[in-house]
Amino acid sequence: MEDQVLIKRILEGDRDAFADLVQRYNAGLTRLVRYYVKTDATAQDVVQDTWIAVLRGLSKFEGRSSFKTWLFRIGANLARKTGTRERRIIPIDPIDPVSSARFNEGGMWSDPPAPFTEILEDRLANAKALEACRRALADLPLAQQTVVTLRDVEGLSTKEVSQLLELTDANTRVLLHRGRAKIREIVEDELKGGYPWQ
Amino acid sequence: MAMTKDISCHQAVALVSDYLEGALSWRDRRRLEHHLEGCDACSAYLDQMREIILLCGVVTPDDLSAQAVARLVDVFEKYQRDAST
Repeated sequence: MEDQVLIKRILEGDRDAFADLVQRYNAGLTRLVRYYVKTDATAQDVVQDTWIAVLRGLSKFEGRSSFKTWLFRIGANLARKTGTRERRIIPIDPIDPVSSARFNEGGMWSDPPAPFTEILEDRLANAKALEACRRALADLPLAQQTVVTLRDVEGLSTKEVSQLLELTDANTRVLLHRGRAKIREIVEDELKGGYPWQ
Repeated sequence: MAMTKDISCHQAVALVSDYLEGALSWRDRRRLEHHLEGCDACSAYLDQMREIILLCGVVTPDDLSAQAVARLVDVFEKYQRDAST
């Protein structure tokens, strides 16, 4: 169901519509808020305040941006006010997305990646890859995790992610690159283990 | 006319994420695409990165417990009551 339909129902007092909207966006919102505040408990409070602010403003929401963008902006603003985290210094040293050990001295692959496209057509292997992806994402350092969640899981643009997290686009891309590379590595390792029936 | 300077696989993989973001300079994009044309391993790497992005797109948030939703629905109901009084 479209966000706009849910919003209309929420304005009519439909609690199930509200639960649906929460189900859809709360995880992304929580991830974003957690980037700014120090503890999970504080994040929960800010998330709750965000939803209250949303309910207050919902009748005036005109849909000029997507609901998700609007929600995340409110969340980021509240989290910033609450957050005591020092301004992040993002390291910008050169990225090495793949371990140097996998290249020879000339920089050519000595241990090349095996394509996993065919593997992913298999439903079981796909479930395994998805689980590895989920786990890898959960284990990423906070800043990478937040950027990958907002960009690749929630599908925001790089520009939107940069604005929400107060990062430069270049920094956002570095974090995105690191996060994706790490996830790729973990999924590759998982799939290398072969099929469960072998 | 300047020839496209060849890059190594090691250098190529460092460009892949920005390539998928459409954020490479014209020159780097040409270098990477030129490299990919002749390199199956780096092409496989690029495909893997695409797969990872697709996988991330279908990761469903599983850290949202029924309890957390219920708590927020309570907040909603309280808000409704307060608004109607």
